[in-house]
Amino acid sequence: MDGNDFAPALTRRHFIVTAVTAAGGLALGIGMAPRLAQAAAVTAQPWDEGGYDPHEIDAWIAIDPDDSVLIRYQRSEMGQGSMTALPMIISEELQCDWSKVRVEYASPNRNIRENKVYGDMFSNGSRSVRASRQKMQQVGASARERLIAAAAARWNVPAPECTAASSVVTHAGSGRTLRYGELAADAAKITLASEPAIKTPDKFTFIGKPMPRIDVPPKVDGSAKFGIDAQLPDMVFAAIVACPVAGGTLKSVDESPVAGAPGVLKVVRLPDAVAVVATGSYWRAKQALAKLQPEWDVGPAGDIDSAQLSSAFRAALDGPAQTARNSGDVDKAMQGAAKTFEAIYETPYLSHSPMEPMNATVHLQPDRLDVWFGTQDALEATEKAAHWSGLKPEQVFVHNAFLGGGFGRRDASDEVEQAIAIAKAVQRPVKLIWTREEDTRHDKFRPHALVRFKAGVGSDGVPTAWSMRVVTSSILASAKITFPGLKGPEPMATAGLSNNGYNVPNTRVDVVLKNTHLPVWFWRAPGANQHVFAIESFLDEIAAAGGHDPYQLRRKLLAGRPDWLKVLDTAAEKGDWGKPLAPGRGRGIAICEDTDSLCAQVAEVTVSPRGQVKVDRVTVAIDTRYVVNPLTIAEQMEGGLIYGLSAALYGKLTIRNGAVVEGNFDTYRMVRLAQAPKIDVHLVPGGGEKWGGAGEPSTPPIGGAVANAIFAATGKRVRSLPIMDHDLSSGSA
Amino acid sequence: MITLTVNGTQHELTLEPDTPLLWALRDEVGLTGTKFGCGIAQCGACTVHINGVAMRSCSVPIASLQGASVTTIEGLSPDAKHPVQQAWIAEDVPQCGYCQSGQIMATAAFLKTHPAPTDAEIDANITNICRCGTYERLRRAIHRAADMMKA
Repeated sequence: MDGNDFAPALTRRHFIVTAVTAAGGLALGIGMAPRLAQAAAVTAQPWDEGGYDPHEIDAWIAIDPDDSVLIRYQRSEMGQGSMTALPMIISEELQCDWSKVRVEYASPNRNIRENKVYGDMFSNGSRSVRASRQKMQQVGASARERLIAAAAARWNVPAPECTAASSVVTHAGSGRTLRYGELAADAAKITLASEPAIKTPDKFTFIGKPMPRIDVPPKVDGSAKFGIDAQLPDMVFAAIVACPVAGGTLKSVDESPVAGAPGVLKVVRLPDAVAVVATGSYWRAKQALAKLQPEWDVGPAGDIDSAQLSSAFRAALDGPAQTARNSGDVDKAMQGAAKTFEAIYETPYLSHSPMEPMNATVHLQPDRLDVWFGTQDALEATEKAAHWSGLKPEQVFVHNAFLGGGFGRRDASDEVEQAIAIAKAVQRPVKLIWTREEDTRHDKFRPHALVRFKAGVGSDGVPTAWSMRVVTSSILASAKITFPGLKGPEPMATAGLSNNGYNVPNTRVDVVLKNTHLPVWFWRAPGANQHVFAIESFLDEIAAAGGHDPYQLRRKLLAGRPDWLKVLDTAAEKGDWGKPLAPGRGRGIAICEDTDSLCAQVAEVTVSPRGQVKVDRVTVAIDTRYVVNPLTIAEQMEGGLIYGLSAALYGKLTIRNGAVVEGNFDTYRMVRLAQAPKIDVHLVPGGGEKWGGAGEPSTPPIGGAVANAIFAATGKRVRSLPIMDHDLSSGSA
Repeated sequence: MITLTVNGTQHELTLEPDTPLLWALRDEVGLTGTKFGCGIAQCGACTVHINGVAMRSCSVPIASLQGASVTTIEGLSPDAKHPVQQAWIAEDVPQCGYCQSGQIMATAAFLKTHPAPTDAEIDANITNICRCGTYERLRRAIHRAADMMKA
């Protein structure tokens, strides 16, 4: 998938004469003083009523008489910082005063009613910046030129004699000035003869500066609203439990245990779940639900466990495969190799586990549906909600909130489908919240995967041929989506393998897609998050066997790829590669390409005699090609790495009787402060044709870097995750 | 009926005595800055101060709080200028932000007993989960807040 093919043409929108307030809006009683003092700010709350403003220049920008600028943001803020980055891009071209910028979510309903004026609205694949930046530049440049044209008309001078800077238009000859706030109403009526050119990256003066994220202030005082925080008059609460085995159905449930329980309004039967609805508090619904003992028809998957799944994946290794990459002649080169290697790497199912459990609040009326929740795709959610409610998309108002973590999970809207069904049953506004256990067990999971590597090396220990054969599940089939124009296997299935940067003349990557009863989904850096651990570990095996330094062997195989080398060298140098370490400590290195960015990491670990692993320090080098906000990119490197580290050290879902065993954070363990390494991030943007992503590329390398560091410290090779399942003790404990 | 004080205001709660403080705060008092993450005192997203002590409110029934004084993230300071909040802004700590009310409340209480904390003390006492992995900045912000409170 490529985020750079966006056509820069911008549909011209004319001024909305009157602010249209949608009928039937709900009073939310939510407010927050605007924070305009020092920096750009996020507006009161994301869930505006209809997405209109009386001072609009177009659907994207409104400028008040006091010069404050309202910018609409069509993506989803889940911590990745694009709610700051996209307005920065608009501001670069608009030449407005950043301290006067406010940002709010664009309305998906307006998008539908106004012919997709905001375009697509998804936030996935680390694409918010790279898929939007040309359009954001065009939005800013168009508004700027219309403000200039309005001033030129006021002064009766040619527009080219005027310039715009810091929210002021100046006429060079006369020195006259007009503020944006004085020009906005006129600018709104102006149609440009042609769209202005946008800046090339070398002309950026604001893009590239480290800017504090605009969503941080409301996130330190409790005022930031997440989906779970929606409060409606007359709202009731729902707790839900789905059939423990995915694909199973509800047979029956005896309601008598909750008779007379406080506040219980109704037991709602869904095809594959039971919900209890209560007044007053979610706790009442949750407590009552716990009293029920639903009978499930678990279906044919009801006797499947992890060992069976692992065996089935191994058995599928020699099944019919699709080829993702094939260069040279691997079989022939293997025959001539001085030595061959083979190893299988295995990574388990995982849940996304965002801190905010799945939830949705819906108010369903005969001719209107309002949904409050956090979604990575408010437009698709609107269309799906219309389908589930039987209303037209223009009757559906999705009020996107701040997302309490996304990581790919908030992209399916399955919680909305449930909430609509419950609302139909109770005929009242309802807030559905999943328990943590429900969130873990009824995720759409990171797939289980195997990679079987075979490699042939020359007498110098350098590989001349390698093949990689993956067994994993199809995310596209599970998500029931297609990538238009896709040739070959779905890219997630071999991500990190088929796009490895190493110059091994004979390379083959095949994939066998084996689907199970467990739904699988996009999980931060899909495919790469598990396959990079595998390939970077296997390459380390080759290096060790041939007596090569792992860093130097990578350098040799990346010869002629200066962008890869720069990232690798930066991580190695800043990470003190080669400097002596005490016994029991080790360094490992890994590199990958992901979302058109390059990321290398050097991990430094200590392994105790009892085999306990502590990751002390990680050095990151990242080439996103271009940088909008270096502060956010550094944050994404830090956070993405920790996300991958939890998976590498602890992440595993166990399947027993077809169901996920782990439920809460006591059994599904996460990295906390005490396990978090010291992290240093180095940005080395290399420019070029494509823009790279930032939200995902630091997740894939960490598992390999840590596993390789463990090998350096102990001589023990980790070929499956999580690391906690391996005995790394040195026998002296 | 349980009577307690939340951020200086007295509330009479009508929910059942076994209701955890978390849900009383969110659903009856109407303060949503305190978050639900796990329900078993594992993650700390629901951390509030009860009589000045940091507690995980998902596991404290209101029956035990007759007459207690509760401070939530909304009441930590009148103007969001508590040193911990200022340090969080200065270090740009939150990403998704969902866990940060709990992180801030845990830190504010911790710094009262550990005005000059070591990293080891921080590790042992600030155990809240952040899935965005903001720990690098969070640790810096804890030290920064400690420095601000000393000054």
